[in-house]
Amino acid sequence: MRVVIAEDHALLRDGLTRILEAFEFEVVAVVGRGPDVLPTLLECKPDVAVLDVRLPPTFTDEGLQAAIAARRQMPGLPILVLSQHVEPLYARELLSDRRGGVGYLLKDRVGDVAQFVDAVRQVAGGGTMMDPEVVARLLDRSRPLDVLTPREREVLGEMAAGRSNAAIAAKLFITEKAVSKHINNIFTKLGLPVSEDDNRRVLAVLAYLDS
Amino acid sequence: MRGVETRDWLRDGLRAVAAGLLGIVLAVLNFPLFVLFLVSLVLTPVLGIGLFLLPAVTALIRLRANAARRVAGWHGVAIARPYRPTPAGLAPVGWGRYKHIITDPATWRDFAWLLPGAVGGLMLGVLTLALPAYGVEGIVLLPLWMYLGGEWSGYGVNWPIDSVSEGFLSLPQGAVFLLLGLVVAPHLRRFDALFARVFLAPTRAAELRLRVTQLTVTRSDAVDAQAAELRRIERDLHDGAQARLVSLGMAIGLAEELVERDPETARKLLAEARENSSTALVELRHLVRGIHPPVLAERGLDGAVRALALTMAVPTTVDSDVTGRLETPVESAAYFAVAEALTNVQRHSGANVAYVSMHRTGDLLRLEVGDDGHGGADPMRGTGLAGMERRLAAFDGTMSVSSPPAGPTIVTMELPCASSSPRTMLSSGTD
Repeated sequence: MRVVIAEDHALLRDGLTRILEAFEFEVVAVVGRGPDVLPTLLECKPDVAVLDVRLPPTFTDEGLQAAIAARRQMPGLPILVLSQHVEPLYARELLSDRRGGVGYLLKDRVGDVAQFVDAVRQVAGGGTMMDPEVVARLLDRSRPLDVLTPREREVLGEMAAGRSNAAIAAKLFITEKAVSKHINNIFTKLGLPVSEDDNRRVLAVLAYLDS
Repeated sequence: MRGVETRDWLRDGLRAVAAGLLGIVLAVLNFPLFVLFLVSLVLTPVLGIGLFLLPAVTALIRLRANAARRVAGWHGVAIARPYRPTPAGLAPVGWGRYKHIITDPATWRDFAWLLPGAVGGLMLGVLTLALPAYGVEGIVLLPLWMYLGGEWSGYGVNWPIDSVSEGFLSLPQGAVFLLLGLVVAPHLRRFDALFARVFLAPTRAAELRLRVTQLTVTRSDAVDAQAAELRRIERDLHDGAQARLVSLGMAIGLAEELVERDPETARKLLAEARENSSTALVELRHLVRGIHPPVLAERGLDGAVRALALTMAVPTTVDSDVTGRLETPVESAAYFAVAEALTNVQRHSGANVAYVSMHRTGDLLRLEVGDDGHGGADPMRGTGLAGMERRLAAFDGTMSVSSPPAGPTIVTMELPCASSSPRTMLSSGTD
């Protein structure tokens, strides 16, 4: 699997490269500056990109902007965005094209190497991965999605974190069948159109972020 | 010691006499200015000439008044400038400027001063010169009398002078008059300055207005500096310790994965991780030192500056009588000002030695950082010195830099301070 990495900090750049290469990814390009990200992505057309949010020269949110721009030009290009802090606002912007293949994780998660590599693979496969921190911050809010039952909100939170039905079932100690039922209820209650399952999951997460 | 005193006394006297001469010249200028001001007022309705003339004349009057304020400053009478700040973008002539000038009470106070200031300045100036001049006359009278053989009516108590022996008496008398004149001259100058202050100092209202303007500027500077500082800290944490900890996590995580299949690489990763963790700690320590140095918290200004001097590559001596603790914000501002100045010494001066002197007189803390480098430091260039000045201004502190092209460079900072330790000691003593 071909990967492009954008990260300005030399230590983290080396660390990411080393981890991904140890797990049989092919790192085709490593960039350290914001303006280089988009051209590199367009040129290399990787299977997945791992981008840092804050990059030189302005050290603001170049990585995020590049991710959104790249997906506008190459719809559905799988991108995993890494950051030292997560903002639900950024998550919403990343998901706003209503396609899958997006991840948004704290850099800390890279330390759990197996899980991180799994997340990269899932994003590459069109999944949606939101950092548990984003989910937790949304769950803390005083105005949750009123129409959903507490259990359904829990399931939705797990979906946002990128978990499969089986994983959600295991986490919440319920059967997979119960999970599908909850998910279907969520789709219905949120008025999401009947379409490909993955896309609906993204839309549900987006609704969750928008609430 | 005594010689020094005599010289000071003589120097002050001679300076005062010279200032008296200058005072006379300046006082004469008041008359044409007075007439010009009246003319430009009268000519305002005539073709609006005054709209152009008055701003120009006022500028001259202010120049003259500011000269008087500066001269008063030489004699220990500080007179602040009372003028209202000119709004940005106001045209140099025209109605807007005209209105701005005539509505400023300071304009009228300057005008009111012109005549009395001229008369007072002339009288006091003549008085300052007359006594020493009469003394000089007495000293040169006898030789002159003998040389010219003319008719000399008299001098001092001998009136008229009838004989050579009486003529000899004019010499000591002249010396006494000259000495008296030199002693009195500084007092006359001071009296002149006090007289000028009556008219030229800001009124209470103007003083408050000036203070408000100054506070507005320093407050906005302080807020800016604060924001920039927070941003710097955020950046340092983000790129420094935080990034190192993330990389630490990555290395340990990868080592965990590899420990079975590739123990050699895993061991290497762990060694790297350990190194990274100590670097992260070093970076955190640096950052903490930049926020509030622990030694400053523990030892106060004196100790912290001594600690800083020890780490200087340029040998630096510290001479300080600042004992006890100052208010924390003042202490911190003073410390960072000195630190910044020392950083400049290290980076730019090319000095062999440097010194820091810190003295406290009453509620004024005076800091001086000097070096024997090549000089040429310009507060206008670069952000370091200008930033220091702005930070000190938030505490009503001032900074001045003397740095001639061949050196030495001396940065002097003054900062009002109220020590907190006497209070503390008092309360702990009564407990």
